[in-house]
Amino acid sequence: MADKDKFVEDSMEYMPQLYSAALRMTRNVQDAEDLVQETYLKAYRAYENFETGTNLKAWLYRILTNTFINIYRAKQRKPEESGLDDTEELYLFRKWGNSQNEMGRSAEEVVLNSLTDDEVKEAIEALPEQFRIAVLLADVEGFSYQEIAEILGVPSGTVMSRIHRGRKLLQKYLHEYAVRRGLVKDDTLKVGVASEQGGN
Amino acid sequence: MQDNKPHRNECEEAIHKIYHFMDGLLDEEKRSKIAKHLDDCRPCGKAFDFEQEIRKVIADKCKDKVPDTLREKIADAIKHDHK
Repeated sequence: MADKDKFVEDSMEYMPQLYSAALRMTRNVQDAEDLVQETYLKAYRAYENFETGTNLKAWLYRILTNTFINIYRAKQRKPEESGLDDTEELYLFRKWGNSQNEMGRSAEEVVLNSLTDDEVKEAIEALPEQFRIAVLLADVEGFSYQEIAEILGVPSGTVMSRIHRGRKLLQKYLHEYAVRRGLVKDDTLKVGVASEQGGN
Repeated sequence: MQDNKPHRNECEEAIHKIYHFMDGLLDEEKRSKIAKHLDDCRPCGKAFDFEQEIRKVIADKCKDKVPDTLREKIADAIKHDHK
């Protein structure tokens, strides 16, 4: 049982990460702020139920994610996205690996590091929600599959499928940004990230 | 893994399981087999390194600064709730 008086001291260090995750989830500054505030209030009120010594970060993310799903998404629940399994592994490596070259660094690394923070953030925000949350928790926050399964309340097989498909789709989106910026060429590209973003 | 190399099942398996490998989901036998392959096969090793770098770059580029006003709002909300 955790000491409620120590809540602020214990939990404030996670605010930057929670705020970033909230921005990616809500895609909107005002909603992200409201979501983080709501999360902290809920966590404070429930802190007596938090078991000291267990994973506080995961506990806060569970509250954040559930609050997001219940409040901000209550009106537009969608079934699991399907039909996205055609992307191959190593999409960006194959697309960028043979592009222009530079001394000392591989071509694909140059392209990757040329993408801006905003482009990467937008690409993540363009992912369908279930993939977006799974990729955020795994690759940005570094949670294990087991922790993500507990945060989301879904089986770890589902977590795995969402992460893998989300990563592949994210690579496609990043490629589109690279093409649009002229960092690489690709004549086969048809779908734009912008059209995906308009989907909600 | 490249088209100009002789077809190799080991490359295919390593690439197909690359996320399982990265995420530590494989049993020891499969894990060490793929680890050895990534050491031995330069194109696959490079591809794996790049997958890891993608992950790192994504995490690095996804940081945002918390507005001071939000910190204050949350501190106030908690204080108020406490009463």
